[in-house]
Amino acid sequence: MISVQHVSKTFRSGGTVTAALQDVSLEVAEGEIFGVIGQSGAGKSTLIRAVNLLERPDSGTVTVDGDELTALSPAALRAARRKIGMVFQHFNLLAGRTVRGNVELGLEIIGVDGDQRRRRAFEILDLVGLADKAGSYPAELSGGQKQRVGIARALAGEPKVLLSDEATSALDPETTRSILDLVKTINTDLGLTVLLITHEMEVVKRICDSAALIEGGRIVEQGRIVSLISTAGSRLAHELFPLGDAPRTPGDTVIDITFSGGSADRPVIAQLARTYGLDVSILGAVIETIGGNQAGRTRLQLPGQPRSNTGPIEDLRSQGMLVEIVGE
Amino acid sequence: MIDPSAPDFWSGLFQVLLVGTGQTLYMVGVSLLITVVVGLPLGIVLVGTEAGGLFESPFGSRKLGRAINRILEFIVNLGRSVPFIILMVALIPFTRLVVGTFIGPTAAIVPLAVVAIPFFARMVEIAIKEVDTGLIEAAESLGATRWQIVAKVLVPEALSPMILGLSTTVTSIINFSAMVGTVAGGGLGDVAVRYGYQRYSTIHMVAVIIVIFAIVMVLQGLATLLARRFAHKSRPARAEKVLPALRDGVLTGA
Ligand SMILES: Nc1ncnc2c1ncn2[C@@H]1O[C@H](COP(=O)(O)OP(=O)(O)OP(=O)(O)O)[C@@H](O)[C@H]1O
Ligand SMILES: [Mg+2]
Repeated sequence: MISVQHVSKTFRSGGTVTAALQDVSLEVAEGEIFGVIGQSGAGKSTLIRAVNLLERPDSGTVTVDGDELTALSPAALRAARRKIGMVFQHFNLLAGRTVRGNVELGLEIIGVDGDQRRRRAFEILDLVGLADKAGSYPAELSGGQKQRVGIARALAGEPKVLLSDEATSALDPETTRSILDLVKTINTDLGLTVLLITHEMEVVKRICDSAALIEGGRIVEQGRIVSLISTAGSRLAHELFPLGDAPRTPGDTVIDITFSGGSADRPVIAQLARTYGLDVSILGAVIETIGGNQAGRTRLQLPGQPRSNTGPIEDLRSQGMLVEIVGE
Repeated sequence: MIDPSAPDFWSGLFQVLLVGTGQTLYMVGVSLLITVVVGLPLGIVLVGTEAGGLFESPFGSRKLGRAINRILEFIVNLGRSVPFIILMVALIPFTRLVVGTFIGPTAAIVPLAVVAIPFFARMVEIAIKEVDTGLIEAAESLGATRWQIVAKVLVPEALSPMILGLSTTVTSIINFSAMVGTVAGGGLGDVAVRYGYQRYSTIHMVAVIIVIFAIVMVLQGLATLLARRFAHKSRPARAEKVLPALRDGVLTGA
């Protein structure tokens, strides 16, 4: 649905040159929620703004729903943008318009007539749970309500894609969750493809099907979360299940086991103890529900050098678990 | 010298003031209208043709945009820096060309509009620059054309400061209209000079001051009211950022 190919963008301001995006490629499948995560200054905003060409890349192509946006004339680009809704970190609502007026903005731009605009606005406000605030001004709303208006505005023109630039970063945790749930609902009920950027792993954990990690303007990892979890050395997986730094235990073996899907509910420790007579200690564990599946990571300590534990480790691996030996 | 105890003094004063006020309102009103009609687009083009602006490359040419910006910038600066009394005299041939004469209230409108347009254009420029670029991006993301952005985002969102700017503009137009009156004839300034100064009528002078003061006050009050009506200012700044912190930290007793 969204295909970003070899996109680069360099900013020159004054004497400083910033390579905000370097040969970035990204594929977002139809109907999925794709999260791009990265630290401040990593190039997240530049990336998502390149998708609807608010920021025109220096090189590379962007294709959304079959239209190669980077090749379109200004008029054709405007038309294509109507299929791409966008929500912003700071909401960007017009202060002089009511909630309904804000939602109708995109429809006015397309030239939908008054009656139909009104009907559509109420329909969409109903969906985001703000029908009773139609006549309020943005200044009279809470942050979460403002973002709902932002989402309603983005959805009013019935786009196929929703772009979200840190939509929840200005909100408290509880409101963040409710907004994320709304995005998830929109995704499932309306079949909207969502590309969101965030610096919070929570967001990825809660609603994303796929994710990419961006660092210094480069995508260092991307994929479906279920497969990332079972990829050895995946940084995203480590971020999803942070177990902290490994303890220094000379003479012992510390392993991280990542479970997902079927292996999640297997009695691993009991099995190790029974089969190998091992004294297993649990150093840490994280269990999450990701994409509706239980997944998690457990850090275990086994007595003896890794060399002497190859038997049990290989056994676990053969059962489909991802086993990483910490400190190796 | 006019005798205040003469039987027709007060009715005469009233008559003179009425005509003077009428002429002043006429001069100010029409020049204000011209000022808005010309100054608003001028201000928009001034901002738009700046680097990174909405009209930075008209017809695809950044050079043209920069040229337009430079020329308008020059004209606005020129208009704002020349003292009004000189401008007025310098404009006499032009006024004569447009109105046919340089005497009377109608002729006065020309220099008044000429001095007010660059002034108001600056106000418009400042007001529009204050509009959050995020709002422009939001409209762009919805597929808006540049004109739609001007009409649906920039002007409405800058309305409140523009109204206040207009109110300042009116005040200076009234101010200058008195000066024009003394030269070209007509309006309250003319009354003040002919009766108050040349015929030593303090009462006329005071009356003119009161009427002008009243006009300015009414207009400013109106502007403030309208500006507030269109402002929709947000509540105590950043409430949504402070509140969660309060909720998490203080209210739960953590
Ligand atoms: N318009 C611009 N002019 C110059 N430099 C820019 C511009 N926009 C972004 N940059 C630079 O590009 C880099 C990436 O910026 P970007 O806004 O994409 O980061 P980000 O990942 O969104 O960060 P944050 O989480 O803080 O929003 C930064 O170093 C930034 O300073
Ligand atoms: Mg950003």
